[in-house]
Amino acid sequence: MASGSATSDPPNHPNNDVAVVIDGVNKHFGSVQALQGLNAQIRFGRLTGLVGPDGAGKTTLMRILTGLLAPNSGRVSVAGFDVVDDNDAIHAATGYMPQRFGLYEDLSVMGNMRLYAQLRGLDADRNAELFAELLDFTRLAPFTGRLAGNLSGGMKQKLGLACALMARPAVLLLDEPSVGVDPVSRQDLWRMVQALTDEGMAVVWSTAYLDEAERCDSVLLLNEGRLAYDGPPGELTGRLTGRSFRLEQVGDQRRAVLAEALDLESVGDGVIQGAGVRMVLRPHAGTGQITALADRVDAQLRAVPARFEDAFIDLLGGGPGGTSALAEGLPPVRLESDIAVSCRNLTKRFGDFTATDNVSFEVRKGEIFGLLGPNGAGKSTTFKMLCGLLKPTSGEAHVVGLDLRRATGAVKGQLGYMAQKFSLYGLLSVRQNLEFSAGVYGLDGATRRARIEEMIEIFGLQPWLSSAPDSLPLGYKQRLALACAVMHRPPVLFLDEPTSGVDPITRREFWTHINGLARKGVTVMVTTHFMDEAEYCDRVAMLYRARLIALDTPDALKRRAASDARPDPTMEDAFIHLVEAEDLADEARSKAAA
Amino acid sequence: MRRFDPKRLWALVVKESLQAVRDPSTLLIAFVLPVVLLLLFSYAVSLDVRAVRIGVVQESESASAQSLAAAFAGTRYLNVTFAHDRREVSERVVSGELRGFVVIPQDFEQRLADRGARPLVQIIADGSQPNTANYVTNYAQGVVQTWRGGLGIEASQAGVTLEPRYWFNAELESRRSLVPGAIAIVMTIIGTMLTALVVAREWERGTMEAVLSTPASVAEILIGKLLPYFALGMLATLGATALAVFIFDVPLRGSLAALLLLSATFMVPALGQGLLISSVTRNQFLAAQIALFSGFLPAFMLSGFLYEIDAMPAPIRAITWFIPARYFVSSLKTVFLAGDIWAVFVPNLLAMAGIGILFFVLAKRATRKNLE
Repeated sequence: MASGSATSDPPNHPNNDVAVVIDGVNKHFGSVQALQGLNAQIRFGRLTGLVGPDGAGKTTLMRILTGLLAPNSGRVSVAGFDVVDDNDAIHAATGYMPQRFGLYEDLSVMGNMRLYAQLRGLDADRNAELFAELLDFTRLAPFTGRLAGNLSGGMKQKLGLACALMARPAVLLLDEPSVGVDPVSRQDLWRMVQALTDEGMAVVWSTAYLDEAERCDSVLLLNEGRLAYDGPPGELTGRLTGRSFRLEQVGDQRRAVLAEALDLESVGDGVIQGAGVRMVLRPHAGTGQITALADRVDAQLRAVPARFEDAFIDLLGGGPGGTSALAEGLPPVRLESDIAVSCRNLTKRFGDFTATDNVSFEVRKGEIFGLLGPNGAGKSTTFKMLCGLLKPTSGEAHVVGLDLRRATGAVKGQLGYMAQKFSLYGLLSVRQNLEFSAGVYGLDGATRRARIEEMIEIFGLQPWLSSAPDSLPLGYKQRLALACAVMHRPPVLFLDEPTSGVDPITRREFWTHINGLARKGVTVMVTTHFMDEAEYCDRVAMLYRARLIALDTPDALKRRAASDARPDPTMEDAFIHLVEAEDLADEARSKAAA
Repeated sequence: MRRFDPKRLWALVVKESLQAVRDPSTLLIAFVLPVVLLLLFSYAVSLDVRAVRIGVVQESESASAQSLAAAFAGTRYLNVTFAHDRREVSERVVSGELRGFVVIPQDFEQRLADRGARPLVQIIADGSQPNTANYVTNYAQGVVQTWRGGLGIEASQAGVTLEPRYWFNAELESRRSLVPGAIAIVMTIIGTMLTALVVAREWERGTMEAVLSTPASVAEILIGKLLPYFALGMLATLGATALAVFIFDVPLRGSLAALLLLSATFMVPALGQGLLISSVTRNQFLAAQIALFSGFLPAFMLSGFLYEIDAMPAPIRAITWFIPARYFVSSLKTVFLAGDIWAVFVPNLLAMAGIGILFFVLAKRATRKNLE
């Protein structure tokens, strides 16, 4: 991109001109209100983040902007064209990359590019230069003959971008471009989008990752169909100046300290961050209570810069308290051995594809153990082997001292598993789902009734009891799934992406439960694609290309990535650092072999 | 309305063709399935009854009784087991070894002399298989009648002898009418089922959303989708016809042009139905189910392919009027077995085109212009 543009002919709009006007937009599907009274503007030459949890209305707004949906009331104009009246012009003026990138998996990279070029009225044969530029821009040139279905998540995303960039759109709309993409490819995408906005293109980037908001020039924050904030991200985080603090090096006490802090009147929000505890004060609250807390636990209190997520939770009125009703009612877990989960040389091959390659680790009782890695790195496969859902090709695994090769049945009674896709029965009501789970785990009689009532109480499921799980808001679906997984009080809990697709407040609530359970001695295995959530874990195993490339505490992992240029790296920095180091080592190995 | 752009349409056709060629299941359905179906219908499924096993009980040992028994043994349509006591054979009917038996009674000579005052023989048939039972009784009666005719005794009584001739399929080989029908089944699968699946797949994989967001219009997208499957359907017809004519000895008495015209017209309702199903469901599994129940099964059962429409009860017969395969099967049988009879083709062509247009109008209404 040094010598110019990926799009040959930059859209001719002075920066900061209005690209999109959203005026009083309402949209509902049946009785579900997707967008309510939305007013906003999006400008050329800027990266505008459309930020919010899943179900907030991001995709609906995106589809309205591309002219695929019409608002029920209100008007939207994109690049000067009304999305309803000038629908045809909208399709020419915008480039749109839907979720999952809209690629034909059984066509080659070149086949996809040619198709989208022709659909946009470009003669593929006469635009060799444009193609070469786009391929260069996306670094896909070596892969033109490969089928799109065989590309990695990152490469698919770049190909989707290349297809959306055909015919020089004035407004580029990217719907959750970073989902299913590893941090390294995400970095690449930021670089490309930056280059495009520098040329004057208006780029809208929708995301559920709140940390991505901080990298945007401007942010539209959506929550439950309403605009919660519109402006530069710095302005929102600026409101929290002097309200974000961290208790450094709290050590093993940190979960108790966090619970205590969250129950303080002056603290609105708090999370574990490595060995420390991060807290955000409520508006106009003094530091008295937290200073006292710091003194009592003998930890240093340090002011830290506010994050976008802090600001969002503050905007929503603060997070939940620190006490988990779920953990309160639980008797402490007793195990014969101190090691709750262990695996040695665990390997799983599907045909000639190795999904998990020689992975070994041990998890102590009461530990929160995170598995982190890009999609396809082998997280879920490893997880499923440890739950006894998949048979390892080789290697062995033990859960609560039971050998998974022999005692899968007994093991399953000792663990709770919450699958990535909800393992709920859509045709059963919420209560019937709870009863079914109680039944399969062998609870009966009074215990069964008591546990079901307990779950309804703790997760606030009362209003939904006779509804179908599919009609529940996402957050409640996840609550129900968690309730079904913990009802039989298992000593080991496997949570596969438990917080994907839920709003930040519900995420906080989930972590309060997880922290509480861990303090009672429940061992929690968790996978996540939220980088910041990795910091809530005691130890993190990083998986990359089926191999375990690092296993350490979050703080230690971050320290490895520290450099003079980056003294305080984030978890994402640490991840990228480790992956790059692994790639370098790979290259060195293959060179040595050659 | 967006301007219709042939270049965009062509790009979509090329894409669809590439996908179809790369998808082994498409090729399987288009080229392997017809072969399997034709093989099945020409060898395994036969509606002809041949060599039915029956017993003949000779209670009389007279010369004329012997001669009648010999007449039974002489026909290739029956496979006769002889016995002297009806108890021997009745058990074998119960066990299913025999489909029935004929008793030549002890007083056969007397009865013969009575000239029809009393029945000559007794025929017992296994009623649990009504078709075969009918066949056994009719054929046994036929044998007796012919035998009697041969004696010259009946000449005075039955002054008219019938000499039936079956037109179009002189040997009444069911293969000859089943194979053309099988072509209709294959075309229904390609036209309705495959089309419903591939359109639903685009919705499921999210590619429809991406394509709709380009300047391509709904008409271009849908026609781009249908053209390759139209071509595939026609290719499959040609292949199946070649197989039918050269391997299975089914005559093609009409012209190839008429056959192609009929097939092309049948593709209109078949594709229209597939399109309608997929635009309503947008889900491959549902689309497959609905295509099976609304396309494949009626084409199989209600088109006159396996069961004669004239033999169906009136309400069912009324339903068949709405099944495009009915018109196609009747035309196919005509073009293969009789020839180019436009008096048959024209109403059938009109009916198929009419139903097809109805499907397309409904599909157009159901295909919402956007994602709502």
